[in-house]
Amino acid sequence: MEYILIIISAVFVNNILLSQFLGVCPFLGVSKKVGTALGMSAAVTFVMALATCVTYLLQYYVLVPFGVEFLQTVCFILVIAGLVQMVEIIIKKISPSLYQALGIFLPLITTNCAVLGVALMVVQKQFTFGGEAHMLNLGQSVVFAIASAIGFGLAIVLFAGIREQLELSNVPKQFKGVPIALITAGIMAMAFMGFSGMV
Amino acid sequence: MAGRWKLITKGFVKDNPTFALVLGMCPTLGTTTSAINGMGMGVATMCVLVLSNMVISAVARFIPDKVRIPSYIVIISAFVTIVQLLMQAYLPSLYETLGLFIPLIVVNCIVLGRAEAFANKNGVLDSACDGLGIGLGFTLSLTVVGLVREILGSGSAFGWKFMAPDGMLLFVLAPGAFIVLGYLMVLFRKLTTK
Repeated sequence: MEYILIIISAVFVNNILLSQFLGVCPFLGVSKKVGTALGMSAAVTFVMALATCVTYLLQYYVLVPFGVEFLQTVCFILVIAGLVQMVEIIIKKISPSLYQALGIFLPLITTNCAVLGVALMVVQKQFTFGGEAHMLNLGQSVVFAIASAIGFGLAIVLFAGIREQLELSNVPKQFKGVPIALITAGIMAMAFMGFSGMV
Repeated sequence: MAGRWKLITKGFVKDNPTFALVLGMCPTLGTTTSAINGMGMGVATMCVLVLSNMVISAVARFIPDKVRIPSYIVIISAFVTIVQLLMQAYLPSLYETLGLFIPLIVVNCIVLGRAEAFANKNGVLDSACDGLGIGLGFTLSLTVVGLVREILGSGSAFGWKFMAPDGMLLFVLAPGAFIVLGYLMVLFRKLTTK
């Protein structure tokens, strides 16, 4: 039951992109076509789940026992950068076709603040799911990471669909490109606000 | 001297990180619920930017080309941790409101972008000026976005309430951030291009 609540909350209610503003750079950068948006969100889901799992273990089995929690930021970003590099090498070796599809997005993910953001959120924030607030355990953290990534994917794919149409429409010169995209995202965020209060 | 002055002032309009270069969108949208919050975020980013630019320009010669990006990230995250701990100690309420976005300065593309584009080719003093200029530009644009959202959303400016009704709550919430930034960008383009 609580897993379902985590998923609904992370995908719709607290959508990582439209209500927490994490990962806006790739959102504006690679959301011009539905195909690329799908590729990006698949790559993000993969890396986010792995990174959250590794950083969770790092936090509770290395940083906390040795009392060096202040190294959190440094360690986490290094883990994510290393992980992205490793995933890239492994995929290249195992499945060249998947590498073709995801290849260009993988290096971009290191600087996607959603990945570091979710990893930090899991170890810093208390969550309330049915009852008192508590920290997530490992299973819940991974589910939360995957659900956040799905929320990111949902927003970016929907937005890419809208943006394909936007390219064809006749908007004023100054609005072209980023400004009209931001305003459209604002309207989408308004639609997602309708989900608040669900969980 | 004139050259350095130019480095500092270019961040305001010509190379404004938010409106002209469209970098660092996440903190711009996430922390600008009021002018004070926006300014706090901008100043924190500026501190990291100036310090990391100085250190990177000083040590760039000794870093092998292949591992330069990870090395820069480590230097940047060291300064982010310092700023984070200082804010936690001396500005606890601002630290609470900005929350996650302080450690996320590490992945702010402005900081890494300046290290890669400017600091590793130029002297320590020039890099410090460049960091200061870009940082001031970023602070200015965050303050403006925060101010507009605060005026429309809660009827106050820098915490000073000048309007009895509370204003349109929408502008303090998430959709307002996107919409205000979009329209301000249009205004910026209108004013800077002929």
